[in-house]
Amino acid sequence: MTTQDFINQRLAEEARLAQLQVQSRRHFLKESAMGLGALAMGSLLGGCGAGSRRADSGLIAFDPARPLLPKAPPFLGKARSVIYLHMAGAPSPLELFDYKPELAKMDGQDCPPSLLAGKQFAFIRGVPKMLGPQAKFAQHGESRTWISEHLPHLSTVVDEISFLKAVKTDQFNHAPAQLLVHTGSARLGRPSMGSWITYGLGTENQNLPGFVVLTSGGNFPDAGKSVWGSGFLPSVYQGVQCRSEGDPVLFIKDPNGMSRDLRKASIDAINKANQQSYDDYKDPEILSRISQYEMAYRMQIAAPEVMDINDEPDYIHEMYGTKPGKSCLANNVLLARKLVEKGVRYVQLFDWGWDAHGDHAGNSLNIGMINKYRSMDKCVTALLLDLKQRGLLDETLVVWGGEFGRTPMMENRNGAVNPFKGRDHHTEAFTIWMAGGGVKKGYTYGETDEIGYYGVSGRVEAFDIQATILNQMGFDHEAFTYPFQGRPFRLTDVSGRVIREIIA
Amino acid sequence: MFANKKAWLVVAGVAAIAGSFAFFSKDDAVDFSAEVKPILNKNCLSCHGGVRAKGGFSLLFREEALANTESGKPAIIPGDPDHSEFIRRLTVKDPEQRMPYKHEPLPAEEIALLKRWVKQGAKWGDHWAYLPVKQQTIPKVNVESPDKNGPWGVNEIDAFIGEKLAANNLQPNKEADKATLLRRVSLDLIGTYPTNEQSKHFLESKDPNAYEQLVDSLLASERFGEKWTSMWLDLARYADTKGYESDQGRNVWAYRDWVIRAFNNNMPYDQFINEQIAGDLLPDPTDAQLIATTFHRNAPNNDEGGTDNEEFRNSGNLDRVNTTWEGLLSSTFACVQCHSHPYDPFRHDEYYQFLAYFDNNRDEDVSSEAPYLRQFSDSDRNSLTMLTQWVQQQAGTTEAKRVKTLVQTFQPAINSFRADSLKNATIINNNGNLAMFNDGWARLPKANLEKADEGMMQVVCYQSGAVIDLHLDSMNGPVFARVPVAKEDKWKRQLFNFPQQSGIHDVFMHFKSSAFKPEPGKNPPLLVFFDFFSFQPSLPGKNAPGYQQAKSDYTRLLVNTNTSGIPIMQENPAAWQHSTYVWERGNRHLKGKDVTPAVPAVLRFAQPANAPANRLGLAQWLTDKRNPLLSRTLVNRFWEQLFGTGIVETLEDMGTQGVSPTHQALLDQLSYRFMNDYKWNMKQLLKEMVMSATYRQDARWNDKAAEDAANKLYARGPRVRLSAEQIRDQALAASGLISYKMYGPGVMPYQPDGIWLSPYNGARWHQSQGEDQYRRAVYTYWKRSSPYPSSIGFDAAQRNVCSARRIRTNTPLQALTTLNDSAFIDMSRHFAQRMTTEAGSDPAKQISRGYELLLYKTIAPKTLQVFTDLYRQSLTEFKSHPDKAIAFLPANNNANPELAALTVVANAMMNLDEVITK
Repeated sequence: MTTQDFINQRLAEEARLAQLQVQSRRHFLKESAMGLGALAMGSLLGGCGAGSRRADSGLIAFDPARPLLPKAPPFLGKARSVIYLHMAGAPSPLELFDYKPELAKMDGQDCPPSLLAGKQFAFIRGVPKMLGPQAKFAQHGESRTWISEHLPHLSTVVDEISFLKAVKTDQFNHAPAQLLVHTGSARLGRPSMGSWITYGLGTENQNLPGFVVLTSGGNFPDAGKSVWGSGFLPSVYQGVQCRSEGDPVLFIKDPNGMSRDLRKASIDAINKANQQSYDDYKDPEILSRISQYEMAYRMQIAAPEVMDINDEPDYIHEMYGTKPGKSCLANNVLLARKLVEKGVRYVQLFDWGWDAHGDHAGNSLNIGMINKYRSMDKCVTALLLDLKQRGLLDETLVVWGGEFGRTPMMENRNGAVNPFKGRDHHTEAFTIWMAGGGVKKGYTYGETDEIGYYGVSGRVEAFDIQATILNQMGFDHEAFTYPFQGRPFRLTDVSGRVIREIIA
Repeated sequence: MFANKKAWLVVAGVAAIAGSFAFFSKDDAVDFSAEVKPILNKNCLSCHGGVRAKGGFSLLFREEALANTESGKPAIIPGDPDHSEFIRRLTVKDPEQRMPYKHEPLPAEEIALLKRWVKQGAKWGDHWAYLPVKQQTIPKVNVESPDKNGPWGVNEIDAFIGEKLAANNLQPNKEADKATLLRRVSLDLIGTYPTNEQSKHFLESKDPNAYEQLVDSLLASERFGEKWTSMWLDLARYADTKGYESDQGRNVWAYRDWVIRAFNNNMPYDQFINEQIAGDLLPDPTDAQLIATTFHRNAPNNDEGGTDNEEFRNSGNLDRVNTTWEGLLSSTFACVQCHSHPYDPFRHDEYYQFLAYFDNNRDEDVSSEAPYLRQFSDSDRNSLTMLTQWVQQQAGTTEAKRVKTLVQTFQPAINSFRADSLKNATIINNNGNLAMFNDGWARLPKANLEKADEGMMQVVCYQSGAVIDLHLDSMNGPVFARVPVAKEDKWKRQLFNFPQQSGIHDVFMHFKSSAFKPEPGKNPPLLVFFDFFSFQPSLPGKNAPGYQQAKSDYTRLLVNTNTSGIPIMQENPAAWQHSTYVWERGNRHLKGKDVTPAVPAVLRFAQPANAPANRLGLAQWLTDKRNPLLSRTLVNRFWEQLFGTGIVETLEDMGTQGVSPTHQALLDQLSYRFMNDYKWNMKQLLKEMVMSATYRQDARWNDKAAEDAANKLYARGPRVRLSAEQIRDQALAASGLISYKMYGPGVMPYQPDGIWLSPYNGARWHQSQGEDQYRRAVYTYWKRSSPYPSSIGFDAAQRNVCSARRIRTNTPLQALTTLNDSAFIDMSRHFAQRMTTEAGSDPAKQISRGYELLLYKTIAPKTLQVFTDLYRQSLTEFKSHPDKAIAFLPANNNANPELAALTVVANAMMNLDEVITK
């Protein structure tokens, strides 16, 4: 299949989906008159906007009996799916993307007081020393983008990427900062971006969850499952964690000793008896339960299939550097591609272990992080190339980043000199990049000062990135709301600007 | 897309017209709340309300609406619509002037209504939910019983329901059959099956009062408290962990047990609220009353290294405000944190006045969760009682209370992270404990040394020969205490004495050991860590008889007895009280004017005249019978638990943006009686509801059911999917596995591996042994960052914040849970075993018995056919593959194909819609 064939097929699919959407709305409306969804209508249409426009423009048809029906976005976005690669712990831009030769000259000097006045750090005390970049940099690609020696693979694909080099945050601790990136609030209790998108779009592939989460690095992200939680949205929209060990999706496997045939027979029996209940009670909720059991059966086939990477050809395994049977970032990145290919809308990856404090070897810039860079560089590069060769990159928005930056100063935890080289949490500037999904190729937006401390131009924050992602998926972030606490809430709360500068 | 949206609006519009607009003649007085306010909310307030007042015009309060706008003139002139800019702007042609700006003009009839309203004086009205509850007239209706044996209805509820049924030309359903009713009322009242005696008595009794007897016995059951506690814990955002990052465990289960006991003992609701909000401020509170206050210690805490404790102290208090309003008062007060409420009559400042009730509680987001109530053994508690009595005899009540509080809570204590002016010292990770190198200095601010001659610290010291000098007021100030600290590799508390001091002072502490020898070339080590410090008068009565015993108990309990502690609410002592400020735009760093504790003006009428300006006064306001929200909220919530939807559907919001009540007069009548006739008796309120003919109706849809698909008029009985807890408890009970063991720490039933992976936390899910695997869901250990998966799948709340309503969904992952979760497979196996035991070897009899155990009724022949077919197919397969039977029944010693086949059937039956629905 040529790329053009592929795009044509996708367009046809888009049209079909739009048609389906119209039908399902009609179907839904028709059934609403009978009762399905009427429960939600009262409460969900009741809200009215304190936002910049009347909230009725942002309401999404939500049918609790069929909450995952596919829906078309308000406008046709450039991207159909998102793969969000979160390096939990916050990687240092100064060793990867943000080339700061001036900082090298200051290495070992006392930090100037102007950088410390009025600042709050997680661990730095008193006057720390400056720490030069722990990497050599060179320019790559036609875009002449500076990339560190630690990313030999990624440096070959910089011409696919839009870099945001002056991202800032106001959270200097992991859990709140991660929550802010993914839920738009540093406190617990708000829906994650993937939940919003699933609420807005439903599930394209009814045999798979619409929002899948994959974790690696041995721990969950610091904010726990709340970063893929559904907050005040119905819990059906939370991320479904898929795992490379154990059941790929919780409870997807039939119990030991139960064959597929027997499972099918038992679901058939359940549904037959439920149909008899329906004939007796005429409660349409029973019909929707019947369809959920049918869907469950299909999901049992589809999910393990897509979660099995063994059927991928050798060259793909080599390209990604996978380790079949293990739990690792490379496997998850390959899975992300497979999931997106099968119509999953939002795939969120967390790789734990990027918190480069330097209080032990494992999290030091000069030892532990080198391994993290290696484990990420190859597979993430492979993802971009693989998506591209399948014609999927244009419609898949890949986002890479952490939750904040790292100080240009060396950490001096508890007033002592750290035994290894490390940097403290830093809110003023860090790098997030996007590729595919309708963003510019080989482009850099935003700049930091000569030591990478402050953003000096093109500063953006989590809300802007969220607004941009929603925009690429076909949503106006200001109009996409859900009634909560007496007002229409949105992912970007009262902030957010689509970063038009990086949109192709 | 657009066409669809229009279709939506039409549907919504029809509902609105049907719901709120009656025919009116031109002279009728306009009802502001019912007629005008909805138009303003929908079309105007987003630009002219609490958040924004474009053109200097706001429609939130009357005085704002009548005030001069930016043009210098008022937009509304009462009595004169023709000269009111507000009216002119609705009809003017110029699109730049016409309102609503850039939206469709209002319909002519709405404009006419607004004109009439201005003409009549632009009178404001209060939203119904903010007005006190009044006794209602019982409607006289004549709805005929579906059995044609007289008028329909049992109690007042049916009169209100019947009135609307008649008005809408609907007939109630007949009463549900006994089996259905038994299961419904049992799941509703106790969350599980009744006992065999209860069910047998009810099903076999010919007594017309059998149903009432059943209800009474269910209300008296200990299972009752467990069921209603499950509901309450969502509001209390109860969890067994703190929430952020490493999400460490938290010792709060005694609070959950308090709630269960309160429900079982039928504690009146006003007392239930008083104790949870202000139990610590009651005169001489009992341990139980202190534990009740853990309600507001369930706010998440953050132990992550490098966090700012002040930020999360504040975050906890915001959570307390929001929980109080959303959970107890069905109001969206959280809106007001950043600006005045866009729709409801709450002003920005009032949020912070309310916050001030909580701002001086002692919780400072420390990892020890101080203040906490130490949980003593019975004998130690006796010693404490005797000690307290002895102090009372020697020194009076105040002093006795002080000593008791100190021993029970170590309070008032200075958390060591508060230390500053550090030299050779550090606060670990900026938010943890104070730690010192040799020759370390730190300042303890605002130590209360009035009459103090004793100090205590919780300390661990790794250095021999160490001494701490305490200087008064400065590093050069006089040393008032010299405290040697012994080297010991574990935390300990140490008491020390010094000459009596007076007043509030900064204490400068100096830690030094002459024995310390630095190792050349190595970073100097931290030698000592502190958790807290306290300064107080020593035990009184030094020359009185019994002093030796008292002193010995005092020291033993205070220093030498280690206990667990449950976090409780406690106020800052006078010396540490601080001001509360308005935060501009909700930002903690933009401090506005300072405020004192107060409830919002619009609801101040419910405050007793002498209510103190603290949480006790807050509790008095909450539980005053004039408070319009507390009783309505609870009545609405109970109704929702039984009927599936509240009288006000939005349990979280009774304000002007909430969904209008389906039966406001009923809500008010029940709320009135709940407070005045039932004296806040929750069981009596529930009994009234479940005794009603409305509740007892059959749930089948008749020909006209589609006209009221959401059953807002109650022409049929409730039919609702069970909650996560009910699903688990019912399956455990049917399989015979359930343990009704009560109380104690959270238990860990089966959960797949790899669910818990919190960073910096070695805690693992250790599956409970024995009966603890099979306890009711209310006892399942709840980890915020990783809640029990099957519960979350069935829409349980995550419990990070107050959750006033669970939205029921229906998904394939739910189906997979009850089909495949090993916990449910285990229950299916035992259920099959039970069918065999109770029904012998005939599969048809086994299946019939199973159906009866689940639903109390006889299986229909065609349903029996479905399951006997499934049984046969399973049996054939297991007979030809005996290994599969063994794999399927691993824990069973006599794994035979028959039992395996019956287990397949049991699993299917537990998945029936009828079974997971009540």
